[in-house]
Amino acid sequence: MMNEYLFSPGLILIVGAVLVPILPLVLRRAYLLLLPVLAFWYILGLEPGDVQTIAFMGYHLEPLRVDKLALVWGYVFSLAAFLGVLFALHQDDPVQEISALVYAGSGISAVFAGDLISLFVFWELTAVSSVFLIWASRNEQAYRAGMRYLIIQIGSGVILLAGILFWFSDTGSLAFNAIGIETLAGKLIFLAFGIKCAFPLLHNWLQDSYPQATPTGTVILSAFTTKLAVYALARGYAGTEVLIYIGAVMTAFPILFAVIENNLRKVLAYSLNNQLGFMVVGIGIGTPLALDGTAAHAFSHILYKALLFMSMGAVLHRTGTAKASELGGLYKSMPFTATFCTIGAMSISAFPLFSGFISKSMILTAAAGDGHWVIWGVLVMASAGVMEHSGIKIPYFTFFAHDSGKRPKEAPLNMLLAMGITAFLCIFIGVFPEYLYAILPYPVDFVPYTTEHVITQLQLLMFSILAFIVLIKTKLYPDEIPSTNLDFDWLYRRLLPKFIRNAGTKISIADQHIREMFLLMVSRIMATTKRLNGMDGIVAKTSSIGSMASYAVGLLAIFLVLYFIT
Amino acid sequence: MSDDKEYWLDKPNNNRKLIIGVVIICAGLLIAEFFYEKHAHFAVEHWFGFYGFYGFIVFIGIVLIGKELRKVLMRKEDYYDE
Repeated sequence: MMNEYLFSPGLILIVGAVLVPILPLVLRRAYLLLLPVLAFWYILGLEPGDVQTIAFMGYHLEPLRVDKLALVWGYVFSLAAFLGVLFALHQDDPVQEISALVYAGSGISAVFAGDLISLFVFWELTAVSSVFLIWASRNEQAYRAGMRYLIIQIGSGVILLAGILFWFSDTGSLAFNAIGIETLAGKLIFLAFGIKCAFPLLHNWLQDSYPQATPTGTVILSAFTTKLAVYALARGYAGTEVLIYIGAVMTAFPILFAVIENNLRKVLAYSLNNQLGFMVVGIGIGTPLALDGTAAHAFSHILYKALLFMSMGAVLHRTGTAKASELGGLYKSMPFTATFCTIGAMSISAFPLFSGFISKSMILTAAAGDGHWVIWGVLVMASAGVMEHSGIKIPYFTFFAHDSGKRPKEAPLNMLLAMGITAFLCIFIGVFPEYLYAILPYPVDFVPYTTEHVITQLQLLMFSILAFIVLIKTKLYPDEIPSTNLDFDWLYRRLLPKFIRNAGTKISIADQHIREMFLLMVSRIMATTKRLNGMDGIVAKTSSIGSMASYAVGLLAIFLVLYFIT
Repeated sequence: MSDDKEYWLDKPNNNRKLIIGVVIICAGLLIAEFFYEKHAHFAVEHWFGFYGFYGFIVFIGIVLIGKELRKVLMRKEDYYDE
């Protein structure tokens, strides 16, 4: 349906944010909750085939293009916006509120963008708006991490724009459909998506910045940026084989970093990276089952990851720390948060009856069905890894383990509500997967609950728990140590600045030499000029007429002598 | 801030009960293999208790490799703060 009244649903949040600074607190809180509800309701009314086209400087842009792929993301993004706003409702910080609304809105609008220019605009807007959730921590570390985040995110946008320009000059089209990595344009756009998707070696902005954001900001951040990139890859690069290998690496390497990381929000950031890997593998396989798996996994992942970040946010809010070495035993005074966190942990670990089980298994089955046995082996291994860092480490070291003696109050009511609703959704999706399957891009012919599948998955998870018990009892499990672990960001936070500083020193020394030589030359020229043209210089010497005449006579005499000789 | 109230998990006896519970569940999951037919994609999946043993070994492997990585990667907490 083409309708002049249709518009991009994210605009409800973006334009709606304008009123936030002028509303009094109570009214503002209601308004903040209302906007995502309106967006969700509006997206529910959209049908595949709905478009809005506008002519802009002779080009046809499509700020709204509705199909089933975009709808999955539209639903879950507006849901996540609501839950994120609810979780942050106890605060009175208009900067974060505006930032969250514009960020969520631009994420929603980006997935409904039918052309590359609209995509680019909202792509950059997600970067610019979200950085305030990091800066809102209002300390030096957060400021620096935010700057690094912004540079990398904007960089992704600039590369995207370059790719779009090449793509347009190659094809004459701005439509955002399958792109492929064969052309230079395709490679540039792929790289731009890859940065935002936190591909291996391009990933560190995520672990660097998310743990620096406010307790509530990280919850919002975790939902949109990376999943927008997953969406963009699914639209532009479905079936691109290299994604299978990139995704497999993404599932594997973060789990090692997660084992030794002490900051639990950073553990969750590594875990987020690992979960993205499963989705990227699904896109690389590119079959209907795999793409459905990616969409389903993005949906359930946004919810359980938000839930885990919420529980850590609540702990940080109450205790002022999210470090494993400073926590433990919190279940005694925060039983609800502990329960919700455990539900999130069971969902991400893919226990049967929880959301991760019914989505991740689609991707694993697609990988196995395609005969990728190495990839399948890596994914199963990574699943045990998820159990380690998100399934056990997060809840265990926060709420159980050794008693830290801390007895913080239970989380504020709005936080509990947000966690409660999210936890409910995690279980609901796990128990009734048919509702999620119904909105996926392709018809789903997949049964998650077979005896074999339930038993094998439980074997994997329960034996992992057994392994954990063995490691704890034998004291082989590494202690939680306050520390910084080097990752790829060392390259641009340490090596590169050092190199530039060194190079800078050398350049300035060379520069000094050149300047000195130049000055010396100039002063010599000056001296010579002065000598010749100065007061007593030969050239500038004033002579009397008499002496001039005698010079002339002398010259004539020489001339005569020479004349007679020759 | 600590209170003197004793919680269920504070008793070592109950901790032991939980561990025994996990062991029993694991054993049950292995026994369950005799009662259904496997439709696996790969030959290894037909091995007895493959997922359980793979999970157990991989889990321990990940933790121990991670622990070794610390020797290379671990720095002081304020490493990046000049």
